[in-house]
Amino acid sequence: MPLNIRTYHELTEPDRSGLGEQIATQRRRLAARLAAVGRVIVVMSGKGGVGKSFVTAHLARALARAGRAVGVLDADLNGPTVAGLLEAGTARLVVGEDAVLPATGSDGVRLVSMAQLLADGQPLAFKGPPAESFVWRGAAEAGAVRELLADVAWGPLDVLLLDLPPGMQRFLELCDILPAPPAVLTVTIPTPESHDAVRRALHAAQERGSPLLGVVENMVGGPFAGTAGADLAGEFGIPVLARIPWHPTPDTWHLLATRL
Amino acid sequence: MKFLCVECDRQMTFEERQLPGDGTLAAAFRCPKCGRAVALLTNPMETQLVSSLGVKIGGATVPAEPLQTIRSMVATGRDAAFADGGERATGNLPSWSAEAQDRLSRVPGFVRGMVKKIYADYAKERGIGEITPAVMDAARAELGLEEM
Repeated sequence: MPLNIRTYHELTEPDRSGLGEQIATQRRRLAARLAAVGRVIVVMSGKGGVGKSFVTAHLARALARAGRAVGVLDADLNGPTVAGLLEAGTARLVVGEDAVLPATGSDGVRLVSMAQLLADGQPLAFKGPPAESFVWRGAAEAGAVRELLADVAWGPLDVLLLDLPPGMQRFLELCDILPAPPAVLTVTIPTPESHDAVRRALHAAQERGSPLLGVVENMVGGPFAGTAGADLAGEFGIPVLARIPWHPTPDTWHLLATRL
Repeated sequence: MKFLCVECDRQMTFEERQLPGDGTLAAAFRCPKCGRAVALLTNPMETQLVSSLGVKIGGATVPAEPLQTIRSMVATGRDAAFADGGERATGNLPSWSAEAQDRLSRVPGFVRGMVKKIYADYAKERGIGEITPAVMDAARAELGLEEM
């Protein structure tokens, strides 16, 4: 005869392991930290190598030059490059009483990146049992991104740009971590291959309820032929915010900044 | 995570947490009605999964330090990543014995500042004037600082 075991939800007393409350505390801490941030924008693409970090860095600088308070979180933990592009790749982070102060990069952009935390040339490696590390590594990376959002004294910001790695994993993690789905700025190159990958990413963002701000088509006028930017904009009903040539000028970025 | 004493149909309460130092974890829960205790034993992979979430079974006894999960879990951190090394003086800080200082010096620079602050806060809250290896051991066990 089977035992009569009540289910988890039928036990109405608090979770005695304390895990639920700790997760809730983490969420409150993050929400409080981002309360002074006007807008969180993820710069993403389903495709690698399209210039997300390049666009993020130059857009951040253009926004800062236009008088906005801008922060950048390099959410590409395994291939952090945006800090180097903002000339703060090896800046030391100052630890305050309850938060770490972000570094200051080009044009006053505040930023935090794993590049500032990792030893030179070393990959991101975690302590822990090496066998079957795939089981916990994703959780560790998501936890690291959460801490970089919640434990950094970003201060009042008009915009916080999050530079994402290729693919959808980090975006989906952020949808779970952030109080609301972040606004999405999509970067593509003109090719059909990029169109296919970015299209999937946009569908995922749409399904999660993220506002789609528009498409930035990068590396236009070079060897990459195609109409990915216009095609994506047409399919999703969003604007092409910029078509970035191989040799963009400050005006290129200024124009993009004014359209956000 | 909840534990139910099936015989009593009562939710068990968290009793204590032990970290043997081999990556495993033991958490004891007790039935408030019949007093029976059960222990949850996790293997290193399961322990790591919980740690990766930045949480502790049984609850956190002290507030988390900034970037605590990153600083305690990243194995390839840069020694000079943090500017102050955790030397955030708050007044009446306990002293460190030579043995404790030697032990602290063997902690990787990436995490040393945070570890030092945690031990100092632990000693200060308990009115301990000097941090010794025994105090460090007690703090590790009490605060669940397996990874430090």
